[in-house]
Amino acid sequence: MAKVLMKGNEAIGAAAIKAGCKYFFGYPITPQNELPEYMSKEMPKVGGVFLQAESEVAAINMVYGAAGAGARVMTSSSSPGIALKQEGITYIAGAELPCVIVNIVRGGPGLGGIQPAQSDYNQVTRGGGNGDYKLLVYAPANLQEMVDLMQEAFDAADYYRNPVMMVGDGMIGQMMEPIEFKESVSRFELPLKDWATTGTKGQRKPNIINSLALDPAELEKHNIHLQEKYSAMKENEVKYEAYNLENAEVVIVAYGTTSRIVRNAIIDLKEQGINVGLIRPITLWPFPEKAFDLIPSDCKAVLSVEMSMGQMIDDIKIAVNGRYPVHFYGRSGGMIPTPEGVMNKVKELVGGAK
Amino acid sequence: MLNERVICAGFGGQGVMLMGQLISYAGMIEGKEVSWLPSYGPEMRGGTANCSVMVSERPIGSPVITDDATVAIVMNLPSLDKFERDIISGGKLLINSSLIDKKASRSDVTAYYVPANEIAVDLGNPRVANMVMLGAFLELTKTVSVDAVMKALKKVFGDSKAHLMAINEEAMNRGAEIIKG
Repeated sequence: MAKVLMKGNEAIGAAAIKAGCKYFFGYPITPQNELPEYMSKEMPKVGGVFLQAESEVAAINMVYGAAGAGARVMTSSSSPGIALKQEGITYIAGAELPCVIVNIVRGGPGLGGIQPAQSDYNQVTRGGGNGDYKLLVYAPANLQEMVDLMQEAFDAADYYRNPVMMVGDGMIGQMMEPIEFKESVSRFELPLKDWATTGTKGQRKPNIINSLALDPAELEKHNIHLQEKYSAMKENEVKYEAYNLENAEVVIVAYGTTSRIVRNAIIDLKEQGINVGLIRPITLWPFPEKAFDLIPSDCKAVLSVEMSMGQMIDDIKIAVNGRYPVHFYGRSGGMIPTPEGVMNKVKELVGGAK
Repeated sequence: MLNERVICAGFGGQGVMLMGQLISYAGMIEGKEVSWLPSYGPEMRGGTANCSVMVSERPIGSPVITDDATVAIVMNLPSLDKFERDIISGGKLLINSSLIDKKASRSDVTAYYVPANEIAVDLGNPRVANMVMLGAFLELTKTVSVDAVMKALKKVFGDSKAHLMAINEEAMNRGAEIIKG
């Protein structure tokens, strides 16, 4: 198919519909409004449902309901709105239901601002809601990758019966890039949704969807089962890109649009005789720990570059496990790191310009 | 190697977002790598608008222009004041002289003055001022072809605005003539 030029937020909607999403529930917030707007226009055309809920809390509970009925369902919001959805998300994870949640991240804390940020890293990778649960979290760096991952997000949600989060920052949502909507074959063998509450027609016992388990032994059993699922995700769902790691003096870890800025810095640094590599997590959870085994042993430092005050750095330290010193460079509040800022930090680490 | 980083800036309604989109769209039609990044911040609420456009032979890294624009197209005075400093030395500055009395203050940047609004009014539609500027930009940089921009415009306009194609093309030609001198 020919390439089309689309805004990130609209491309997410188009990719979701292509992936079979039939229900969308949301509540407006900048910088993701073009996504619900797109859905409101396009969902009726495919026999789907778009509904603007009265709040984020209502929207995520509508997702809970539709997912329970076995539908492919999605919601989207931005940081403070995602914070409001956390109760629903932990219920959905506890009840083992599939759905896709899009977070177009803006600066925080609180209502914060509307400019791009990555300060929801902890919120999306550490649960966010209560209890021992995990989300599968994708963080694409460009619109093509995001579109390509959308089918996978819905499939993985169904396969694992778990909420999947698609994370972009305001830039990913607002920018336009050429996109090709490719035909893809699911790599999952998706089981029938025989657990869905679709009506018994008097033929079978009712299916019950619930996240309440008052018997501690039962609840522990449930938790062990969930952990087995998360282990399988850790085994099978890790995605990352390793770039220019060979002979790297410094390895930068960055995701999303920040990784694009870093890539520019790496090219410029190379011209100045400083060789820098990049590990780009595509899944934030599970975090690509194995990628850190590829770092050359004489690497001087690992540098986390984030649009936050330093959140991913904790996962990097766990993955590095003391093998290299780990440093941080970041901007926050909607300020975007410049290639120059990244380069200066790298030069500081290697001991000045060459 | 082609690697243009263009800032289009003006106030809301001047069509600067469309100008940037047409450059990106035309670049895509020509098989180039492109990106378009709008401002959507609080400044937009105040009425100014700008977008950053990349057109390159190579895959595009950061879509953000910080202080490395190769060209800035400014449609009003606040945009000149804001973005003149973001152009690289040796870069180009296209100034809508209908609305901007000031001259460029930098000597290491080549400035071109295009009376876009006057030309647009002369053509009978003040709204095509952006296309006059776009025509000047295309003549100056050859980033993408006028042909590809027309193809892109046809897509953007659809059937309902097909009758506006001619005046838009004429506006681009008139902009180009200013550069040709």
